[in-house]
Amino acid sequence: MPKDGGIGASTIRREDIRFLTGKGRYTADINLRGQAYACFLRSEVAHGRINRIDTAEARAMPGVLAVMTGADFAAMGGNPAGWHIPSRNGEAMKEPKRPVLAHGKVRHVGDAYAVVVAETLEQARDAAGAIVADITELPAVVDMAQAVANPDLRVHDEIANNVCFDWGWIEDNRAAVDAAFKAAPHVTTLELVNNRLVPNAMEPRASIGDYDSGTGDYKLYTTSQNPHLSRLLIAAFVMGIPENKLTVIAPDVGGGFGSKIYHYGEEAAVLAASKALNRPVKWVADRSESFLSDAHGRDHVTRIELATDLEGNFLALRTETLANVGAYLSNFSTATPTFLHGTLMAGPYRTPLIYVNVKAVFTNTAPVDAYRGAGRPEATFSIERVVDKMCRELKLDPVAVRRKNLIQPDQFPYTTPVGLVYDTGNYPATLDKLIEIADFSGFEARRAESARRGKLRGLGLSTWIEACGIAPSNLVGVLGARVGLYDVATVRVNATGNISVMTGAHSHGQGHETVFAQIVSDKLGIPASSIDIVHGDTSKIPFGMGSYGSRSLAVGGSAMVKAVDKIIAKGKKIAAHMLEAAEDDIVFEDGKFSVSGTDKAKTFGEIAFSAYVPHNYPLESLEPGLEETAFYDPANFTYPAGAYACEVEVDAETGRVEVVGFACADDFGNVMNPMIVNGQVHGGVAQGIGQALLEAAAYDDNGQLLTGSYMDYAMPRADDLPMFTVDHSCNTPCTHNPLGVKGCGEAGAIGSPPAVVNAVIDALHRGGHTKVTHINMPLTPSRVWSAIQN
Amino acid sequence: MHNFDFVKPSSVADAVRALSAEGAQALSGGQTLLPTMKQRLAAPAVLVSLTGIADTRGVCLDNGALSVGGATAHAVVAQEARKYYPALADLAGGIGDPAVRSRGTIGGSLANNDPSACYPAAVLASGATVITDRRRIAADDFFQGMFATALHDGEIITSVVFPIPEKAAYVKFNQPASRFALTGVFVAKYGSGVRVAVTGASANGVFRWTEAERALSASFTPAAIAGLSLPSDSMIADLHGSAAYRANLARVLTGRGVASAH
Ligand SMILES: Cc1cc2nc3c(=O)[nH]c(=O)nc-3n(C[C@H](O)[C@H](O)[C@H](O)COP(=O)(O)OP(=O)(O)OC[C@H]3O[C@@H](n4cnc5c(N)ncnc54)[C@H](O)[C@@H]3O)c2cc1C
Repeated sequence: MPKDGGIGASTIRREDIRFLTGKGRYTADINLRGQAYACFLRSEVAHGRINRIDTAEARAMPGVLAVMTGADFAAMGGNPAGWHIPSRNGEAMKEPKRPVLAHGKVRHVGDAYAVVVAETLEQARDAAGAIVADITELPAVVDMAQAVANPDLRVHDEIANNVCFDWGWIEDNRAAVDAAFKAAPHVTTLELVNNRLVPNAMEPRASIGDYDSGTGDYKLYTTSQNPHLSRLLIAAFVMGIPENKLTVIAPDVGGGFGSKIYHYGEEAAVLAASKALNRPVKWVADRSESFLSDAHGRDHVTRIELATDLEGNFLALRTETLANVGAYLSNFSTATPTFLHGTLMAGPYRTPLIYVNVKAVFTNTAPVDAYRGAGRPEATFSIERVVDKMCRELKLDPVAVRRKNLIQPDQFPYTTPVGLVYDTGNYPATLDKLIEIADFSGFEARRAESARRGKLRGLGLSTWIEACGIAPSNLVGVLGARVGLYDVATVRVNATGNISVMTGAHSHGQGHETVFAQIVSDKLGIPASSIDIVHGDTSKIPFGMGSYGSRSLAVGGSAMVKAVDKIIAKGKKIAAHMLEAAEDDIVFEDGKFSVSGTDKAKTFGEIAFSAYVPHNYPLESLEPGLEETAFYDPANFTYPAGAYACEVEVDAETGRVEVVGFACADDFGNVMNPMIVNGQVHGGVAQGIGQALLEAAAYDDNGQLLTGSYMDYAMPRADDLPMFTVDHSCNTPCTHNPLGVKGCGEAGAIGSPPAVVNAVIDALHRGGHTKVTHINMPLTPSRVWSAIQN
Repeated sequence: MHNFDFVKPSSVADAVRALSAEGAQALSGGQTLLPTMKQRLAAPAVLVSLTGIADTRGVCLDNGALSVGGATAHAVVAQEARKYYPALADLAGGIGDPAVRSRGTIGGSLANNDPSACYPAAVLASGATVITDRRRIAADDFFQGMFATALHDGEIITSVVFPIPEKAAYVKFNQPASRFALTGVFVAKYGSGVRVAVTGASANGVFRWTEAERALSASFTPAAIAGLSLPSDSMIADLHGSAAYRANLARVLTGRGVASAH
């Protein structure tokens, strides 16, 4: 029986009522009294030396209040990288300053170098157009191989070869891996590109700076996935203002997918402008600005090798990757291609020996950072593609080969050769479930039917794992993180018994307001309608690290459960006093504190009231009030895993690929709200299919973005997608967090791209086009057709 | 967007007069012009709306041919042309999305002559006549390369007259992002012969594939063109497809058009 409330119920999302009726309150909806409007002037060249910026004419234009350039921010700090990744020779990584506004040089198309603030947006735009910038265009470096090879091309004058770091993981294992390759009966090699993506959150970035000269307080309304982290970066690193004098509010946020984790220069600029003008200053990106200036995702070029015996047993794996970081280091850009990618190269398999090399490369393109999946889709894609290629080379069944290389259920906890300890899982179970729900046995009949319509049908598979719930602070500290990655919640029981939960997680589409309330309701036995989830405002919430990396429930939710446990523990003390019983004899169940074995009881509401009106209360030993905060630092990552199957039909005459079936068998640990989990998987798979077939951020050789609008950047639309079959019945609860949850936000985007590509290659082979071993994403009709021709 | 004046005349003569003003430009459905203005790539001083002129709207039979008013929205053609010229209705119903089809017009589409637009293929393959406030222009003379037409400054398309074929089809292969025609082929079979027009493919805009027309006039079957190929030298090559790919599409879609003509 499906539950109608609490943990495990498919409760309808409460936030959708306000979103669907236009009552959402996004940053762009907020208008402050006396606000002025900012327009940023962005570089039209990918690389150039700024000789002079003449703002005189712009300043004299109607309505103009201020014009600021990079020089005005030169004394401010840079926007830092959150992880230090040393090179394998021990050298520190290269960290060029990322200024609020470009100064000295512009380094990518869209790099902002001036801002105009005016009474109206149109006036600000007009004046931005009147700024005369003398910029000498320099040769742009766009291609990573060229960036590394040509010492004359430098994105940052002080960094030869444009290499940020050259990371080896794990360096001590390298010799053994190389030896295994020398001795291996078979080696499969694949060179592939993990295509650069534009995040395309539905809501473009927006920020309002509001300085109060009366108190000296700054307030920033902004599109952020982690307001406290942004506050820390802006206050401590960039602007040098006391953290307590800055409030960051991320109200309703319309999607982030990673791109709103980071602090961006526009935020500091509107704060500084607000202080200078003593007025609120508002900026809302238009879609073109989003394309040019949001942190992009992926962009790896990888050579992967898999050593096996002739029966397809994995012996060793080796990869070399160039990872594009763009023109500047965004906050997580150094962790994404390393600790979220290299450490995942074991996948769900028992590969005994693995070595990963990643060079992070500066180019004259927009910064690249974490995007839904962040490193793990890149790892999964490489592994699952090379495994498929090996199966074809050795004429082995891709299901059987995967099955026999999977880590077995009795091997947990399992330590991989790339440094992770998987706590639990049952990979054969999800694979079996997939074969059932995707109806593998009916494939041949479906293929024959497609053939009658002149279409080539193919079936592709991927078995994947990810590391979520980032992250144990002491572990990531050793690995170079400059922050902790715990989270926090405050549970405030009001005197009248209803509850406000202040969470460090941030909801920008995930449905936290619904699910978190379900959990608290379940634990405390009070209706979800009496529970409010408060997030996004640093003046209300405790210091948490926000939402990304599928961490909200596993880390933030665990903190919330810990805080609820403290509430119950304190409630027992109060109840023991009121009921004149020993604390150990009090049991809490269904919202009631009772004396075990008796009918003496107090309701949760009575206990709450007593805590705030402590007339009959153990004041000598217990503080009044009922409010608890808990921080939770996870003991390990969580390891969601699963198996995905994709079926495609290929029109060989035009190269067009249609996804006709997609099935997911996932292990997310315990599922709190199955409907929301399904929605997360659907969205993730849609993005994965988008990456596989449609999406690509393409720059030309001069660093101009060719796909700067929806005329050329293809987003997946509903009619590009099939109906999804999603199953999460093969659950192995996480062993180290109180809810037993693993996280589901990124899975779809991680597991799906290789399944799609494997399906297309399968279709082509079944259709007789057996020379095609790989096609780079996105598999556009033109690329698929060309592959067939060659 | 920059500021502009707006007028909405109710007769063609008034519209022509209004268009003679300095910096005046015709506005029909606005689906091309308004986005350009919003991006500040165009800044007309006066917009002369054509949608208030009753005789430039709607679909009717005219001496056995189908006449479509210049300011007729795609959605109207998709519905009202169906019983006379189903392939043309199919084409109109496949342009953009419902919002675009409700506003965008045939006159705007032809005047703009986007190399990836759909209507130019129908007009050229049908041997239609473009009628303006001052003259009649044969389809073969109207299209003059990417975004270029025979129209003079301030000249208004008032209607387009399509001879109705025995059979026809428009086969569009979507560019994955914009869903304009990556390549589209309109095949029309008349008593006098077959006409084939290809859009989306050539750097010179819509064109007639005369070799295919000859072969299909002799035998209106996909097999008749199976051995033909189009030279790829003047084809568009971009992110979405190479020149050779577009040449291939034109051939494949022509065959499919013949097979599905109705
Ligand atoms: C999202 C989207 C998707 C689209 N998809 C497609 C598609 O798949 N296929 C396709 O073919 N098109 C597509 N279009 C373009 C659409 O068909 C436009 O409506 C059309 O190109 C222009 O028509 P309009 O009436 O909107 O013209 P407007 O934008 O009003 O005007 C366009 C130009 O034509 C001039 N003009 C307008 N009417 C006349 C006239 N009667 N006489 C002389 N000059 C005139 C104007 O001055 C202007 O220069 C799409 C557009 C959008 C926004």
